[in-house]
Amino acid sequence: MSYPADLKYTKDHEWIRVTGDTAAIGVTDFAQRQLGDVVYLDLPDVGRAVTAGESFGSIESVKAVSDLFAPMSGEVIEVNDWLKSHPESVNTDPHGAWMIKVRVNVPDEASALLDVTQYESLLG
Amino acid sequence: MTSLSTTPLLKTSLHAVHVASGARMVPFAGWEMPVEYTGIGNEHLAVRTRAGLFDVSHMGQIEIAGKDGLAAVQRISSNDASRLAVGQAHLSGLLTPEGTFLDDLLVYRMASSHFMLVVNASNVDKDFAWISEQIKPAGDAACVNSSSRYALIAVQGPAARDTLQPLTGVDLDGIQYYWFAHGEVASARAIISRTGYTGEDGYEIFVPPQNAERVWKALLDSGRAADVVACGLGARDTLRLEAAMRLYGNEMDETTTALEAGLGWIVGWDKPEFIGRDALVAQKAAGIERKLVGFEMVDRAIARHGYPVVLDGRPVGVVTSGTQTPFLKKAIGMAYVPLALTPLDTPLTIDVRGRTASARVVPLPFYKRSKQKS
Repeated sequence: MSYPADLKYTKDHEWIRVTGDTAAIGVTDFAQRQLGDVVYLDLPDVGRAVTAGESFGSIESVKAVSDLFAPMSGEVIEVNDWLKSHPESVNTDPHGAWMIKVRVNVPDEASALLDVTQYESLLG
Repeated sequence: MTSLSTTPLLKTSLHAVHVASGARMVPFAGWEMPVEYTGIGNEHLAVRTRAGLFDVSHMGQIEIAGKDGLAAVQRISSNDASRLAVGQAHLSGLLTPEGTFLDDLLVYRMASSHFMLVVNASNVDKDFAWISEQIKPAGDAACVNSSSRYALIAVQGPAARDTLQPLTGVDLDGIQYYWFAHGEVASARAIISRTGYTGEDGYEIFVPPQNAERVWKALLDSGRAADVVACGLGARDTLRLEAAMRLYGNEMDETTTALEAGLGWIVGWDKPEFIGRDALVAQKAAGIERKLVGFEMVDRAIARHGYPVVLDGRPVGVVTSGTQTPFLKKAIGMAYVPLALTPLDTPLTIDVRGRTASARVVPLPFYKRSKQKS
């Protein structure tokens, strides 16, 4: 699977789609392959504040549970409730499976994110 | 998602085959083992509905033989090996004097005074040192760590028999559950054992390591029409958990006893002596204070190994294993809880990473295969 050029990435294997002041967040194809069959998503409620680098929820596969880290700070304005009841979509369509949308309040944090070239070289 | 190790990992004789097939390899008990090929869920369902192949060559083998071989096994093993016929096997415990588990093992009676113990990979060295020392008082018996002489391949599931039968002259229908036979599989010398760790009917095949690749590929070819697939240790774990088979390091360790683990049936109560007997007899007389139960989550959460079971805000028990099972499609697990919490349907509260989640006690096993021809 190729990594979309219009997304930003983190070294924690999350992707971010920045649209204006909104950031949609999901996990990458690499992450879903490492996790294996995803069975459960623990996502925050709308209105919660998230801080860059801190955990905002968790993703569980049959094997293990992993933290989800906020790539940018802001307020959760939308949660993908459909995905919570269809967690296997993280495996089948990782780059389409957004989890939360955040209204970012520190736009400069975007400069710390990786572009697709940087992310692909991280994967080696 | 990364793990660092200072010692090089051991590789089974099938390692190159796993890597070439695209299996995801992980460190496990000092070995680099396949955790999954195509996904734990797919592999789990394949075993429940068709069949799966597992490389379990990391398991250890320790053989005991000599004029007093039976007495030696009787001393170190909790179950009563005198009840085994030649060609028969049973589950047993290697116990401390306190009656807790050094390991669990399968005991195979190869000849009247020759036994093969199949032990957990993580415990081979500990077990071998313990057994070497502890069989001395039993008389004329010696033990050998023969782990490197065997590769071990499990074929498990409803299609296991029809996958294996074309490759061997041994009549598989003649091998009863927990019996074994000597013969050849794909022209390799083999011990074919009707045992497994998945809750399905199936076989575990001991072959010389140099023949393992040929046997593995022959089994995959033979099972192709039935869509038999290679499986990793991930599915092995979810399968054994659905079947409520105990795992060393989770349900059993040096702090738990057979009675607490619900494994009183692997204790030879009629044997006059074995290591751990006095402690177990005393515990049986006094009654146990905690017991292993099965649970099903009520809240949407997965309770995993090590999570506390709480009552009135205090930890009173611990989850030993838990996952979302691919076949039953429920979050299930096993836990040690005080006796008061063991009746069926008792509500349990589990601390899931700082948040409490509700579960309820359910009967074990979670999954039992429908009875087929044996």
